[in-house]
Amino acid sequence: MDSLLNSSRPPVFCPGCAHERVVRALDQALTGMGLSGEQVVIVTDIGCSGLFDTFFNTHAFHGLHGRALTYATGIKMARPDLTVIVTMGDGGLGIGGAHVLSTSRRNIDLTLLVLNNFNYGMTGGQCSSTTPQDARVGSGFLNRIERPVDICEVAGAAGAAMMVRASTYQKDLVDQMQSAIRFKGFSVMDIRGVCPGRYTKHNKLTPNAIETELSGFPPLDHYAARNARTEYGTAYRREAAKLEPVPPPARIHAEHQAPQSGRREMVILGSAGQRILTAGEILCLAGATAGLHATQKNDYPITVMRGHSVSEMILDEHEIGYTGIENPSVVAALAPEGVARRKKMFAGLSADTLVLAAAGVELPDTPARVETIDFKALKLKSPDRALAALARLAENRRMLTPEMLDSALALRFKGRVLEGARYVVETGRS
Amino acid sequence: MALTLLEGNEAIGWGALDAGCRFFAGYPITPATTVYNTMLRLLPPSGGICLQGEDEIASIGFCLGASMAGLKTMTATSGPGISLYSEQISFAVGSEIPIVIVDVQRLGPSTGSATKGADGDIQFLRWGNSGGQPVIVLAPVDVKDCYILTRHAFNLAEIYRCPVFIAANKEISMTRETLDLDGLNKPEIRNRKTADPDRPFLPFATPEGRLTPDFLPIGGDRLVRQTSSTHGPDGYITTDPALIGQTQERLMKKLESAVDGFTFFDEETVPDADTLVITYGVSGRAARDAVRSLSGTDRPASLLVLKTLWPVPEKRIQEAAAGYERIVVVEMNLGQYVREIQRLLPGKDISFVGRMDGELVKPGEILEVIHG
Ligand code: SF4
Repeated sequence: MDSLLNSSRPPVFCPGCAHERVVRALDQALTGMGLSGEQVVIVTDIGCSGLFDTFFNTHAFHGLHGRALTYATGIKMARPDLTVIVTMGDGGLGIGGAHVLSTSRRNIDLTLLVLNNFNYGMTGGQCSSTTPQDARVGSGFLNRIERPVDICEVAGAAGAAMMVRASTYQKDLVDQMQSAIRFKGFSVMDIRGVCPGRYTKHNKLTPNAIETELSGFPPLDHYAARNARTEYGTAYRREAAKLEPVPPPARIHAEHQAPQSGRREMVILGSAGQRILTAGEILCLAGATAGLHATQKNDYPITVMRGHSVSEMILDEHEIGYTGIENPSVVAALAPEGVARRKKMFAGLSADTLVLAAAGVELPDTPARVETIDFKALKLKSPDRALAALARLAENRRMLTPEMLDSALALRFKGRVLEGARYVVETGRS
Repeated sequence: MALTLLEGNEAIGWGALDAGCRFFAGYPITPATTVYNTMLRLLPPSGGICLQGEDEIASIGFCLGASMAGLKTMTATSGPGISLYSEQISFAVGSEIPIVIVDVQRLGPSTGSATKGADGDIQFLRWGNSGGQPVIVLAPVDVKDCYILTRHAFNLAEIYRCPVFIAANKEISMTRETLDLDGLNKPEIRNRKTADPDRPFLPFATPEGRLTPDFLPIGGDRLVRQTSSTHGPDGYITTDPALIGQTQERLMKKLESAVDGFTFFDEETVPDADTLVITYGVSGRAARDAVRSLSGTDRPASLLVLKTLWPVPEKRIQEAAAGYERIVVVEMNLGQYVREIQRLLPGKDISFVGRMDGELVKPGEILEVIHG
């Protein structure tokens, strides 16, 4: 095929616009590589350069300003065999800077063509992320007080290995494009050109001036070796192939008899690091081994290793409605942080409620029956206390039984962890 | 019967996998992070793709690209991320890109409280796209719904080529609960309808009598165009008001005229009750406890728990409310969906129960309002 250009939709750029030359160069690059339109996706965003996809007979994806690399990444991961070309102006470059950095870090096999004409053509010639400080543009003095970005240097620093600064007018533009497209990884071309519609009305910029300026930039060659590595999709597939499939979620059959009937609630009041949530999960699993429905609602701050940790569990033969605690059967008070969190609850507890309190944890006044456990004397460390409290309950056949607890441990733990948990249960019973 | 213990977010992940999801991208955010964790565990070993975007905008952008390449995709976030998704959501709406979007709601406004629940995004999900075209929003009540509604969400995204939201809540998504996975009534898997190979393909043309265009993937052997710009059936920009108007009316009609086919709800009807409680999401649980506690008393109440929130299942709501004088609407916010109920049921005595402090609405609060 001699051209992928869409003959029914010729380019509509202003006369003399650099974009039109790049359209033709891209066509020559793609056809010169023997690619058919079905093998190519052109992904574009907003602005005059965003019209690119309409001029080609290829697959096309035109999306939001600055986000073209995001769609291209999804397409390339889904279809690694496709040649994916992304075009952006210097506007999309500014908006989507985070995506340029991350795509450089990933090194996914996309080719980004930045159609750099130093201003926003479509919206009135305002300054962009690449406007020189001495240019006269539609943003008043604002471009004079911020610096233009050299995207190739930035991409190199972020991990891209293939960057080309180019002039729209250079003779080997097509060859340069082909090398960028052939590169197995992320490649960036900063293609500089004129925008007669806006920029060159007030600024003198000629093909010669562009070439002269380009020759003054530091070379980029050292990034090729420094950032050379496996392409992202290839690396992803290699890593994913090593993973074992995940077994379906465990089905727990009722094998035990629950010690009580009706809705039973338990609250564990502790602190971060006390494995409160794990103990709550074990109670729920224990319930399931007796055919009971269970819910576990947790409350903890976003900090991981400090603060309260509260877990509220409900067991019931019937499906559970409201997941909040209304009338707990048991409260385990294991740390002051958790108790402080539910201070108000204590006065309202019923006389039937059992409070299992760790020795030394002060409780607000409560009509409930309080049983103190001296964990220190039992030589049980703080992270084991919640499980030990469950062991004490099981021993009293309240909420659960020793058999339910042991089956739950076997569902949750394996090997030495299971042995350790059984030891804690054995110690906590007394 | 066997029970499985899952967190709501894990159930969403399994529902997605079983629905045929093969691509997930997300950015970690409490309380949605465990959806991402689950997908990262499930997808890569089964040939799927799970990516972590540099931000929310990238994450949903990856999904839109992958969806147009033919994969079933999902992303998950919470209020701050939904805000960032907004422009991409508009794109998916206007350009008919199937995607499932999980919003695990947390207490807002803004960054709000990461570990507190809320149903504060309910109107935002509907109206948070530019242009205001409809979307589908499904609201789970429990972990079982997290699984089942996610499966429905994928089917609906495929059938109608649109974003489908799961409006979850920290209080469901991060709550562990038992469910009988094998006893669930699972919907059959549906796939987007592909275009007839013998006819010329226009990416946004709808076959006679249908409102959703046939699909072909980007990268297939026939060229596909996707665009966020106002387009005609050929996928090229158009300025023709007639063509634009037709497309926009079709986008509205394709969902609003179809909602009777995907109106999910639970109902408990009590004869002689004069009050109907209408609610959705986690508040459905407290409402059910409240209503059941009234059975056999001299003032019983009936219950309608909506699981399809948008498009508003108007017919179902009006039919369900027909025999009642009083309506009590319960929401975990300061009054959002109640606006739809007021609009649909003029002349009825409508009360509202809600709170926005990170706490669940309690059955007792609902009872107080039922008793007047
Ligand atoms: S405004 Fe500038 S960039 Fe846009 S078409 Fe005209 S010359 Fe080209």
